[in-house]
Amino acid sequence: MNKNMSSTSHYPAAPVLQGVEVHTLSVIVDNEPGVLARVIGLFSGRGYNIDSLTVSETEHQKHLSRITIVTRGTPMVIEQIKNQLDRLVPIHRVVDMTVAGPHIERELAMVKVRGKGDHRQEALRLADAFRARVIDATTESFVFEITGASDKIESFVALMLPLGLVEVSRTGVVAIARGPEGM
Amino acid sequence: MAKEMMAKSVAKDSSGAARAAGAELPGREMTGAEMVLEVLADQGVKHLFGYPGGAVLPIYDAIFQQKKVEHILVRHEQGAVHAAEGYARSTGKVGCVLVTSGPGATNAVTGLTDALMDSIPLVCITGQVPTHLIGNDAFQECDTVGITRPCTKHNYLVKRIEDLPRVLHEAFYVASSGRPGPVVVDIPKDIQFAKGNYFKPKEFQHQGYKPRLKGDPDKIKAAIELMGKAKRPLFYTGGGIINSGNAASERLRELVKLTGFPITSTLMGLGAFPASDPHWLGMLGMHGTWEANWSMHDCDLMICIGARFDDRITGRLDAFSPGSKKIHVDIDPSSINKNVKVDIGIIGDCAHVLDDMLRIWRASAPQVDKKALAAWWQQIDKWRARKSLSYKNSNSIIKPQYAIQRLYELTKDRDTYITTEVGQHQMWAAQFYRFDEPNRWMTSGGLGTMGYGLPASVGVQLAHPKSLVIDIAGEASVLMTMQEMSTAVQYRLPVKIFIINNQYMGMVRQWQELLHGGRYSQSYTEALPDFVKLAEAYHAVGIRCEKPGDLDGAIHEMIKVDKPVIFDCVVDQNENCFPMIPSGRAHNEMILGDAGESVEDAITEAGKVMV
Repeated sequence: MNKNMSSTSHYPAAPVLQGVEVHTLSVIVDNEPGVLARVIGLFSGRGYNIDSLTVSETEHQKHLSRITIVTRGTPMVIEQIKNQLDRLVPIHRVVDMTVAGPHIERELAMVKVRGKGDHRQEALRLADAFRARVIDATTESFVFEITGASDKIESFVALMLPLGLVEVSRTGVVAIARGPEGM
Repeated sequence: MAKEMMAKSVAKDSSGAARAAGAELPGREMTGAEMVLEVLADQGVKHLFGYPGGAVLPIYDAIFQQKKVEHILVRHEQGAVHAAEGYARSTGKVGCVLVTSGPGATNAVTGLTDALMDSIPLVCITGQVPTHLIGNDAFQECDTVGITRPCTKHNYLVKRIEDLPRVLHEAFYVASSGRPGPVVVDIPKDIQFAKGNYFKPKEFQHQGYKPRLKGDPDKIKAAIELMGKAKRPLFYTGGGIINSGNAASERLRELVKLTGFPITSTLMGLGAFPASDPHWLGMLGMHGTWEANWSMHDCDLMICIGARFDDRITGRLDAFSPGSKKIHVDIDPSSINKNVKVDIGIIGDCAHVLDDMLRIWRASAPQVDKKALAAWWQQIDKWRARKSLSYKNSNSIIKPQYAIQRLYELTKDRDTYITTEVGQHQMWAAQFYRFDEPNRWMTSGGLGTMGYGLPASVGVQLAHPKSLVIDIAGEASVLMTMQEMSTAVQYRLPVKIFIINNQYMGMVRQWQELLHGGRYSQSYTEALPDFVKLAEAYHAVGIRCEKPGDLDGAIHEMIKVDKPVIFDCVVDQNENCFPMIPSGRAHNEMILGDAGESVEDAITEAGKVMV
């Protein structure tokens, strides 16, 4: 008899987690009521992670939306996520950008910084270095608009922190494949 | 032409706008409620299980004024859904349900989840409060699409009459195609009253959802190659074969005959392959046979067709069939590599893939290793000789296994359909009732819903009025949906409710004995009804049997009665269901019933861990 059977439940013990990977998925869906709830419900119901999720209608004629999801999990879980998404009736296509080939990921953030004197000067200088634009200004604050890969936004926000960072609003990642082909 | 194009564009866009053009189409004008009945008739629906209420009154009015669809009035909405499941499972058709808003919809949720877990095609129409009241906490309002989203394959809230015919036809398509499942269509009351144009189903085609039927030919070829070289092969099949239809079951029989490989099946797949065939090893899994589970553990090639590596099948995952290559055929890509990593995953419908397998096997005529196969069968015969289903019979008290064995012997030559509830009796039925044909066995596998069997038998009997329909029940389970006896009596459905009565929730009691130190917390029912009198109160027939010697006569009597019968079979209270793979253990760590001391050891050890 197996001595290490410690299960007091009906179910086998939880498997040991393997290496966790971050993947970016592009999902084409019918833009109909409840479709986002289906996607989010699938993630919460099956215990998957969402790092970020963006959605907007991209083909008005066909009423198709494109959802970009950044998720993490073991390779088996990532495979499951793709298959489970594909199974939803209003979902047309699921493409794993991370494995499909070279692609570009971008995020937009609006960063509000409040300060006077040197801090204000420094914030402007850094914004310039990061190619962030000033989209609102008062005598004691700026709102910067910055686009780029997530880590670039992370570093910009980190730099603004000691300079009087008030708040950040981010879109989450959108992604598209390089080259002439559509998805 | 213009009409065709318009219909196409309507079908293509499922989002709401751009469908105003619908009014220009030359369809027949009718109310939403009339459309519902029109769709049901066009989809070939003969029976609709339901329960009326405020938000579906217009549809019930339409039912009153037509004759094509017969409405079956149940006593509880859960019963309606289970009845529709039984109907669907025994016929291969889509089961249909009609319930009202709010509590009608929430009562249906258990049945919907059950159908989702067991891939049963259903269309459930729910009433909803008028569109202008949605979100208002109106009387009998609930967020039906929100509540049923995770327990349906797909669901719809219809807010425009123009969408109704398309959505209803689409619901039938989605429910029955690919991996089948339940679909809910929520129709607000004002839409039921609204007038619009009705279209026939052929004018609609779903653009997005197209499940794949044919498997990848290269992968099938690779699978056949592995099969040709296998020394210890095994077919492991499941409910997917049944869902795929009779063709799949026939092809499977052909392929087993052609290859000579042994075959086992899950609970859901019983009957797809005849239990009377020598290649049959019996059911596998937690309460599967010694030979089936050992073969799973020791095989070198596992050919899984239409099963999903459920935890009740695999036991401990890291010790699951460690030395085998695995082929998995499933119509649902998400089933492949979900629990168990396989070597060849073939996405496709079982019948189609089996067809290709047969063709390629015949064409390539692989040189199988006859010596290895003979040795494999010898090994299997040794396991068989262990007679893992044996039990100690008694002259004074009815053993539950014996009751089911006798029931099988006395009904096997008839046209019989079996449903079950959930628990020990269900496992014994799976072990001792031997099925030779598909669609004869209706049970709640995935969700394990106590109370499934009685309403399911109502649905089965309705679909097969001349057949013998028996619900092998437990006394605890059957009380959960006992009210449906009233339905059976009303529609003169002579279902036989064969209760294996041990006064315990038997499977709970068994687990408490084995894992919780014999502390039988709340698993004994102290005040059971007198089932004979209960039957009589329902205007049915009650039979009680307490002695093994009386059993055959009582079963004969039950079969003879052309009325619903509740058969109270009083059995040994202490009998456990074996073999059993305790949770979290491997296939080669089964406990057997006749092992005497070794069972005691297992219990003590498990008990120690527990306490």
